[in-house]
Amino acid sequence: MSETDESTASDSTPVEGAATDEEPSSAADDAAPAESSSDADLTELVEDDPETHTGDDGARYAPLEVEGLRKEFGGIVAVDDVSFDVEEGTLTGLIGPNGAGKSTTFNLITGMLDPDEGTVRFNGEDVTGFEPHEIANQGLARTFQIARELEEMTVLENMMLAPKGQVGESLWRSILPITRGAVREQETEQLERVWEVLDFFEIDHLADEYAGNLSGGQRKLLEMARALLTDPDVLLLDEPFAGVNPSLEKRLLEHIHELRERGYTFLIVEHDMDLIMNNCERVIVMHQGRILKDGTPTEIKESEEVIEAYLGGEV
Amino acid sequence: MSVDDLRGRFEGLFERDVTLVLAVLGTIYLAYILAGVAFGYELRGQLNSIANLTFYIGVFGMLALALNLHWGYTGLFNIGIVGFMGIGIYVTALVSKPPVAEGGAAQVGGFGLPLFVGVLAGVVVAGLFGLLVALPALRLRADYLAIVTVAFSEIVRFTMMSRTFQTFTVPDTIDLWLFTFDPAADTVGLGGGGGLILNYTDPLEALLRALFLWEPYLGFVAFVQQNFISNNPKPVIDGVVYGIVLLVGVGLFYLLLSRTGKSPFGRVLKAIREDEDVANALGKDTDRFKLTAFVLGAALMGLGGILWYSGRGSITPPSFRPNITFFIWIALIIGGAGSNTGSFLGGAIFAGLLYEGPRYFKNLVETAFELGDAPRNFGEAMAGFASLDPMPFVLYTLDSISQLRLVIMGVVLIWLMHNRPEGLLGHRKETASSVDLARPGSGGSTGNPAAADGGEEQ
Repeated sequence: MSETDESTASDSTPVEGAATDEEPSSAADDAAPAESSSDADLTELVEDDPETHTGDDGARYAPLEVEGLRKEFGGIVAVDDVSFDVEEGTLTGLIGPNGAGKSTTFNLITGMLDPDEGTVRFNGEDVTGFEPHEIANQGLARTFQIARELEEMTVLENMMLAPKGQVGESLWRSILPITRGAVREQETEQLERVWEVLDFFEIDHLADEYAGNLSGGQRKLLEMARALLTDPDVLLLDEPFAGVNPSLEKRLLEHIHELRERGYTFLIVEHDMDLIMNNCERVIVMHQGRILKDGTPTEIKESEEVIEAYLGGEV
Repeated sequence: MSVDDLRGRFEGLFERDVTLVLAVLGTIYLAYILAGVAFGYELRGQLNSIANLTFYIGVFGMLALALNLHWGYTGLFNIGIVGFMGIGIYVTALVSKPPVAEGGAAQVGGFGLPLFVGVLAGVVVAGLFGLLVALPALRLRADYLAIVTVAFSEIVRFTMMSRTFQTFTVPDTIDLWLFTFDPAADTVGLGGGGGLILNYTDPLEALLRALFLWEPYLGFVAFVQQNFISNNPKPVIDGVVYGIVLLVGVGLFYLLLSRTGKSPFGRVLKAIREDEDVANALGKDTDRFKLTAFVLGAALMGLGGILWYSGRGSITPPSFRPNITFFIWIALIIGGAGSNTGSFLGGAIFAGLLYEGPRYFKNLVETAFELGDAPRNFGEAMAGFASLDPMPFVLYTLDSISQLRLVIMGVVLIWLMHNRPEGLLGHRKETASSVDLARPGSGGSTGNPAAADGGEEQ
């Protein structure tokens, strides 16, 4: 069903050529060599990021630490004694079969659910039981399993919503003539960055489109772009590749790798084993609410338990 | 702000939407004037008819705009609008009515403060009640907010009617920490089922006096009396001028609400409407935004209520039944939730066609065809069909057109839901941002290839 959508979407936004593009504006954008323009964009993207992003070689600092998380729904234990940490500047994968508790773990970390037991620490601070918006403001951004766009808002509005610390979010500043100037000024600055990120994700030709009109794959890109604009330290991506065609998947992966090289930290939930194995430096395997195995892709591949869990052995 | 910027803004004003609004208003007014000509109205009658039309366009426009903030922008399902309107006007009355001794006929007095204090108090108290309702209710999902608000508006109405709140005796002195008040009021209250007589200064007079326009205004009235309407023209002119004041009010509502909408604040409201969890996950404290929006909207509804009823001689609880709420909802749905321009347009169309229109239509038909007396009941109306004469039925229908108004509204609503659920202007194109979101330096157009090209060369 949506497969056709996505293939047309990716056809219209080729990575290296503009031949198939229908809009003149985006043709011009895409005509620029992808490499150089992305690089330029990226420097801009992270220029106001804290120093902490420059990775050191020694023991890495872990901004996100999860300890002993437990969540029950009725009598069912969805997440049971889950502990792990996510090191800075890494791509960590969280995999497991359906119902393993990955998304619940995500929701517990991001404050959408409150854990029954355990703690979540972010940048050294205990954020257990914080409201989702408080956690987001600490620098922990997330995307959703099914891309959740603000459908009757344009792509630009979606993007402009994300940045933190907007003075215009105070009603009085926005309506009073004296203070509105500052609001406009900040929005103008913000707008430049929004366009840079749109260029980086190559969705700038969709800027004036309603988010609801985007294809599944474009929504995934928009959602990641939007999360990035909150200026996070750690990005939690909930199945970013679900329902995405292979060419877009490749693009998404390229973006993720580029961002990671610039110092962003990723925790990715996914149930496509190969994808995680080939791209993450560390993999956490969950099964039936527990952590089955935590290690490098090679270690995971060799683990009997993991193979059994995935191939449906008795556990 | 540069000249270009100003010009851009000015041109922005005359986009298609505004043309449409002006065209619709023009058509409605023209229809009313033509109807007036058909009725053989003199100037006085025409002015009366125009004043009446303008009044309803004004109040419905304002209230639809306020509701648009709740529903169109934030997705808050408020069906207790009339409760906030009632609070507004009742508080104004309580604060500004003269004390009972001076009031003469009135059994219940007020605090006798100037009218503008009363209006301010009415707006503030309506906002505070908005807060009171919203605090527990916004934690609930949409449908529950609807139940809470409609219940609230009924509680307000029953409170107005209740004997307990009919009268209070105010002590001669009130000691409040360091201050001692000596209020002029003796007996205040909500007046119970009998309502309140609004025996404060005429609101129009109060406004014009405050603007130092009262004397020129009287001069103008005298001028009209000499030249155009010899017989007591003041009430007519009052009506027209009050209508103009209301339209200015609509303009201010529009300015305030479009500024609210076109800002980062409005953007978060839209995001809450679309998906509250997403807004939350992006670090927005959605509870705070919902609360602010609800209180602002409630205060504006209070002001709408004040402007609607303050010119009346009296207010009674039956005026504040939920049907008013649903009228405003219909107005908003016609115009298109989510668009401020659309909200006003919906208010105008509702007032002109659905609210006042049927009565005019009836009068028009009666003037045109010299019809006989209508049958007294439905049986007689149907009896005509026995001899294949539909006239009694037609006459009966025409005679009960004010009751049928609700049916007509229902039909229009159903038609809209089927054919244009987004309303006339419900495309929600009013971008929630204080600046143009086109690519910076592209000359205001995202589709400009040359500029986009220039942006890429680094």
